[in-house]
Amino acid sequence: MRVLDKKLWRDFLRLWPQALAVSLVLSCGVATLILSVGSYRSLDETRQAYYERYRFASIFASATRAPLSVAREISHFSGVTAVEPRIVQSALLDIPGMKEPATGQVISIPDYGKSLLNQLYIKEGRLPEAGKKDEIVVSANFAEAHGFHPGSTFAATVRGNRVNFQIVGLVLSPEFIYALGPGDFVPDYRRFAVIWMRNQQLADLTDQDGAFNSISLSLLPGTSKDDIIQKLDQILRPFGGTGAYGRKDQLSHAFLDSELQQLSAMAKVIPPVFLFVSAFLVNMILSRLIALEREQIGLLKALGYGRWSIAGHYMKLVLIIVAFGVAIGFAAGTWLGNGMTRLYAEFFNFPFLVFRRSLDVYALAAGVTVTAALLGAFKSVQAAAALPPAAAMRPASPPQYRRAGALGQTISNMFSQLSVMSVRHMTRWPIRSGMTMLGSSLAVALLVTALFISGSVNTMIDILFFQTERQDATITFSTPLSPSAVFAMKRLPGVLSVEPFRVVSVELTNGSRKRRLTITGKPNDMRLSRVLDQDLNPVELPSSGLILTERVAHQLDARRGDILDIKLLGEGWYDTKAPVVDVVQSFVGLGAYMDLAALDKLSRIGPRRSGVYVEIDTAKLDETYKAIKALPAVASIALQSTALQKFRETLEKNISTMTTVYIVLAVIIAFGVVYNSARIQLSERARELASLRVLGFTKREVSSVLIIELVVIALLAQPLGWLLGYGLAWAVISGFQNDLFRMPFVMETAAFGWASIIVLTASAVSALIVLARVQNLDMIRVLKTKE
Amino acid sequence: MDRNVIFEIKDLTKTYRTGDVEVHALRGANAVLYEGELSVMLGPSGSGKSTFLNIIGGLDTATSGHVRFKDLDISKASEAELTQYRRRYVGFVFQFYNLIPSLTACENVALVTEISTNPMRPEEALALVGLDHRMDHFPSQMSGGEQQRVAIARAIAKNPAVLLCDEPTGALDSTTGRLVLEALTTINEELGATIAIISHNASIRQLAHRTFYFADGEIVREEVNKKQLTPAEIVW
Repeated sequence: MRVLDKKLWRDFLRLWPQALAVSLVLSCGVATLILSVGSYRSLDETRQAYYERYRFASIFASATRAPLSVAREISHFSGVTAVEPRIVQSALLDIPGMKEPATGQVISIPDYGKSLLNQLYIKEGRLPEAGKKDEIVVSANFAEAHGFHPGSTFAATVRGNRVNFQIVGLVLSPEFIYALGPGDFVPDYRRFAVIWMRNQQLADLTDQDGAFNSISLSLLPGTSKDDIIQKLDQILRPFGGTGAYGRKDQLSHAFLDSELQQLSAMAKVIPPVFLFVSAFLVNMILSRLIALEREQIGLLKALGYGRWSIAGHYMKLVLIIVAFGVAIGFAAGTWLGNGMTRLYAEFFNFPFLVFRRSLDVYALAAGVTVTAALLGAFKSVQAAAALPPAAAMRPASPPQYRRAGALGQTISNMFSQLSVMSVRHMTRWPIRSGMTMLGSSLAVALLVTALFISGSVNTMIDILFFQTERQDATITFSTPLSPSAVFAMKRLPGVLSVEPFRVVSVELTNGSRKRRLTITGKPNDMRLSRVLDQDLNPVELPSSGLILTERVAHQLDARRGDILDIKLLGEGWYDTKAPVVDVVQSFVGLGAYMDLAALDKLSRIGPRRSGVYVEIDTAKLDETYKAIKALPAVASIALQSTALQKFRETLEKNISTMTTVYIVLAVIIAFGVVYNSARIQLSERARELASLRVLGFTKREVSSVLIIELVVIALLAQPLGWLLGYGLAWAVISGFQNDLFRMPFVMETAAFGWASIIVLTASAVSALIVLARVQNLDMIRVLKTKE
Repeated sequence: MDRNVIFEIKDLTKTYRTGDVEVHALRGANAVLYEGELSVMLGPSGSGKSTFLNIIGGLDTATSGHVRFKDLDISKASEAELTQYRRRYVGFVFQFYNLIPSLTACENVALVTEISTNPMRPEEALALVGLDHRMDHFPSQMSGGEQQRVAIARAIAKNPAVLLCDEPTGALDSTTGRLVLEALTTINEELGATIAIISHNASIRQLAHRTFYFADGEIVREEVNKKQLTPAEIVW
């Protein structure tokens, strides 16, 4: 080892607590980068591989009943490589031991062999045998939620037919990586099943022999999706086609997209915060070290060491710190990545999912970190290298202080000289003080970002479940029924009241902007499922005209009074028009509302009801459930309380995990910043402080000089942190907005309070560790040495 | 002149341990200092002068022996008691001034007057050392001699019972050194302050009432000076 390297190593050993604090901050940057980029890639590439291997379709469409000859015609469209016509039907499931009905989506697979598209991954068992009437395969998560295995059975009502299903296999499908039941906000595998059975069996149950009501297509690369969608819409129009769509509107795919969107947002926000803070910390430590070693640098230069060896010497120290940070970050990032993978495995249904430990992610993380640290070190190292040997051998001139003008003087007269010392020291290095403040405030901001979520979620739950959707359950019919069906629902045991609704698929056009969605017709005196305006007041539906949700209005660039073109998709693509009468709030999906009677008038097929919202007497719940399970016309039932419970459970788990991670990250930042800043203050001011001790100031008084500065910076950091946190939280909420899901931005003051408490506590602890050194200040040694 | 005893030091020893080496800085020093006198401690490096001064000033504690300051046995004092002792009775002046760079001359002095029970005004203290015109200057705006005089003003501003100066002119040239010594003798004469000065410079003994010679951790000789010279008169 060269002598200079020995010095380096000893410097490092001496500086280890400060170096470790910086290494930890660096490691957070590395870990979060590996986590977010790694998870993004892992999710994206797993999805890609899954789609390719199991031939996930590119275009989807549904109809009421189309003959198979149409499917053959579609397969001749140029650019189409495969076509999979099939039958899709909702079903009510009667699971042994489960009082409330579960909902299933039954999908046909060809009578022989595998599907051409959306192929199934068989996790356990086999596919149903052709001709075996009751054999089905089910989504693996549903089976696991009930302890089902091949051989298990349960009953179901499929389009009015009561059947006893026998499970022969557990499967996964690329169509249901994220599987959401009707009325659910998060997957509830106990209550929602995807069921596959052979085509002939399902056709018999649904009266679709020789026909299909759903079709998937795959395309040659380079084929225009829009062209195919247009042709598909045209050909399916006479058969009740409701409009074809691509992957981006496919539920499972869209959910994964939104997850990816969030990961990429995280990769852009969190790691840079850490890299920035660590660059600043490296700069702070190194500047101080170089100031202390001025004479040594001069000596080394006098001895003939060149500027490059001096620069290299200090850069090496930075690299050692970085190396530790990167190593800890690699370990933490890998560990967190594995955790994230487990979370994905729980949340998403992948046949395989690996947290990709690809070298380039690690290389990227290490590279970015080294760059940040070296950038932080650059200025001080440059200064060291440029120091002329003679100047370096002389002590640096004492720091220049200036009086603040007359006002400053008046103010400083009001405080003790100790306070004046603190404030002058702080303002003497405004950039450093500012950066220390910014570092602490970033810790606060991270916490605010983590802590505000629960306020937003609670508000969302309150608005969604207690102000908007106030029904106990939503019952959907297999096919739209005449209004008289509503009365039958009202007569069910335990049902206190019902409110009908009608859902119509439409394409809304405003000038050049188009959007496909559903209009929900509700009675204008709705009481259970309500529509609230942007101020959360219930809206009374006008006797004509459309009410748009904010997001739809924004996407269509539509304002109150605009006349929109409406194409009624399920009803022969009949064109009509309606004015926008109001814009309302909504957190879920893309929606538009109309008065039920007005919607009936708009429709060419006359009054129809898609289902009912019901209010149930909780004392008679079991009876109600039993009666519903026996109803042939019911396709699905969504239970508000169960949906809410599951929603809360899932979110609480996610939020508590996230909060824990953010607290750790914020504490590391706060600790790193405050500890280093206090250590450097102490080092710079040891002489001053020792002088104070000699003059007869007590340890407590001497400590107060350091404490005042730390406290002032910490306090100033709070409002800035709140402000940054507010901005960051707003960015997070914005990143959360998509067609499926939106969150209200609700910032509770408690989030600020807790963020500050945590950061201030961490700062106080780190400051106390440093202040303990004031106790051991060696007055004589300090005062006898030259500055 | 019959003077009161202010310090009585008996068999003072101090042993430092640095690594495996034991350093006997003081090996049984005995001395008596009188109120109102200016004493000078002379001796080569490592003879124990500074250790002696640090112990009687309450900056350091003795390994054995006794130090009595008036009625106070400071060799038995706790750390907190030593802090109070320094705060009330002792003023220090060091070779490297040790001013607070972020405070002006006046504020550096006020630092002490704020915590003292019977201080003079900072302006008064600065006037005594001839710096009343530099009150609002920061240390970085003053010469070494001026900085040292501010340090002296700061040390005397609380009207200390004793002023201890460790090489006060060590970092200064002869002209500025004389100015500093003049400030010290003025204070001795006008305020009647007890002063102890450590120096390498033997000619300073001509200013003193009493000179202690240190060698190998002991006081080997004590000399009483019948006629004191002024700083201007001594040969540097």
